[in-house]
Amino acid sequence: MSTVTIDKAAPTRKVKYGSMSRDRAWALKWSYFFLTIFAMFSLLPPLYMLITSLKSSAEISAATNPWWVYNPTLANYFEILTSNQFLRFFWNSAMVSIFVVTITMLISVPAAFALARMRFWGSATLATGVFLTYLIPETLLFLPLFKMFAAFGEFTGIQLINKWYVLLLIYPTLTVPFCTWIMIGYFASIPKELDEAAVIDGASWFQTLTRIFIPVAFPGIIAATIFAFTVSWAQFLYPLVFTTSTDQLVLPVGIITTLIKGDVFAWGQIMTGALLGAAPPLIIYAFLMDYYIAGLTAGATKG
Amino acid sequence: MADVTLRKVVKRYDEVEAVRGIDLDIADHEFVVLVGPSGCGKSTTLRMIAGLEDISDGDIMIGGDVINDVPPKDRDIAMVFQNYALYPHMTVAENMSFGLRLKRYPKAEIKSRVDEAARMLDIVELVDRKPKQLSGGQRQRVAMGRAIVRNPKVFLFDEPLSNLDAKLRVQMRIEIKKVHQKVRTTTVYVTHDQVEAMTLADRVVVMNHGRIEQIGTPNELYHKPATKFVASFIGSPAMNFIPCRIEEIAGKLHVRLTDRIVFPLPPARAARYQNVPRSDKLLLGLRPEHITEAKQHSEPGVETFDTVLDVTEPMGMETLIYFTMEGTQVCGRVNPNAGAQDGGPLRLAVDLNNMHLLNEVTGVVL
Repeated sequence: MSTVTIDKAAPTRKVKYGSMSRDRAWALKWSYFFLTIFAMFSLLPPLYMLITSLKSSAEISAATNPWWVYNPTLANYFEILTSNQFLRFFWNSAMVSIFVVTITMLISVPAAFALARMRFWGSATLATGVFLTYLIPETLLFLPLFKMFAAFGEFTGIQLINKWYVLLLIYPTLTVPFCTWIMIGYFASIPKELDEAAVIDGASWFQTLTRIFIPVAFPGIIAATIFAFTVSWAQFLYPLVFTTSTDQLVLPVGIITTLIKGDVFAWGQIMTGALLGAAPPLIIYAFLMDYYIAGLTAGATKG
Repeated sequence: MADVTLRKVVKRYDEVEAVRGIDLDIADHEFVVLVGPSGCGKSTTLRMIAGLEDISDGDIMIGGDVINDVPPKDRDIAMVFQNYALYPHMTVAENMSFGLRLKRYPKAEIKSRVDEAARMLDIVELVDRKPKQLSGGQRQRVAMGRAIVRNPKVFLFDEPLSNLDAKLRVQMRIEIKKVHQKVRTTTVYVTHDQVEAMTLADRVVVMNHGRIEQIGTPNELYHKPATKFVASFIGSPAMNFIPCRIEEIAGKLHVRLTDRIVFPLPPARAARYQNVPRSDKLLLGLRPEHITEAKQHSEPGVETFDTVLDVTEPMGMETLIYFTMEGTQVCGRVNPNAGAQDGGPLRLAVDLNNMHLLNEVTGVVL
């Protein structure tokens, strides 16, 4: 038999209900306040670019309200999109980025698998070394690299400088270490028993990689792919140094070198070119955002 | 199907010897359980049989062939892991058939094997699900299914039930036993749970510090332990060990526990312990079920004494009692109606026909 006793003499102090939700409301207000500031901070420049791209050169230089378009025109877009030169930059950028992403993933996924799973002498040191190479800034590397390619051209007669495909050799020095590092972390979070089960099931190392690790680590691979694409699409210093002929230029360098003539800035076209150039990464982000976030937060929680 | 033989198998990690020379013969169709505390080398031994660890010294044979340098996939073994190790991106059916697909079995053959295993394990309706949609017990069934479809020479289980809750563990234990009765595949099973070992095994291998302490059927280990380690590891609550000496009083052998408590040994035991040096420090090993409440009529070999209980633990069908003897806590099992009370006096009987005598220094059962 059980009895429920009610303590009549219990203190009758009023409990403050709703305090939780009041705290929450304040937290929300503050977050919205700061989010608004950050949103303005990051979205006003693109907005300004959009506004400027819709103006004629005369209106840009006129002393009117810079935030308002009085005579909207698509002339800049028309000019950029019909210019063979600009389409060439676009094409070069696309080729470089697609090839670099492919090369990067072909190197870093197997490399990460080997470093994460095939215990060999010095593998841990090598993994750290891979990351350390990523920390060396490109501003430190571009001169030695340039000298190397120049010397290579002298000795072999194969001239790589001022060809867009030289970038396919240079960009991976930025993308491979970081992508390998991301993938090492991702592969390391896969339980050891999974590859042991695969080994017992009769899978070779290569089959374990292709049939188990790549599908399981797919979000991580997407994250690494997006990173490699963004780096190669937005890279400025290396193409500026290594390519000079207009037909070899990639988009960011092309816009700057062809649309700034002496001290004359074709602001309308520069803004249009930059906006169009920012579109592909934006579209890719939009499609792969879910995978990207899943990749970045992998292993944070179980399941 | 095949027998498994281990000859002087050693595993060294740099300085540490995890397994120190193991000899073991596992017959065809046999279910052998390796049991021991963590770090005793049981998992390492299993992983060496699987080929997941190199063998530092000695030989392992499956079906008479030395497989020391044979890669895991060519050893024709299947393994069930503690955390299931299911491939998360594959359905249950794909998980089970992965090994067969790698070996390029015909599709019809794969399907019939998967169907049969799914029926055997009662997971037919789950075959199209992904592992994350399954409960722990279901995942463990799939892991077993993956082993069964391969129809290997040897099954290896590495603590397969440790991640399940107590109730499910009992259920899956029976399930594993049923599966083994059907497929009769030679099985090596690793666990740290002595109950699992006792219930599942044809033979139990008790390991400690990288060595085999004793090999035997569950009943042999329980009733005839070879060492103090086995005696204390097998059985729950554990065997009591009470410091004692052998004395000769009026020409008959006695075991002296305290100044007051001296029991005459039953004739069979007296004959066995005749040559034990009287000065040796000894331990009297008694299982809790051999310390009960005193009965009205006396039986041969059963001696009685009075004590004051420390604590009682009513279990329903019996009551566990704890009392202290010469500084050692002793556990007994009495009838719930025997009147055992916390701190209360009780007249107890010890069944010396089932006693063990151990050398306190070497831990060997005499």
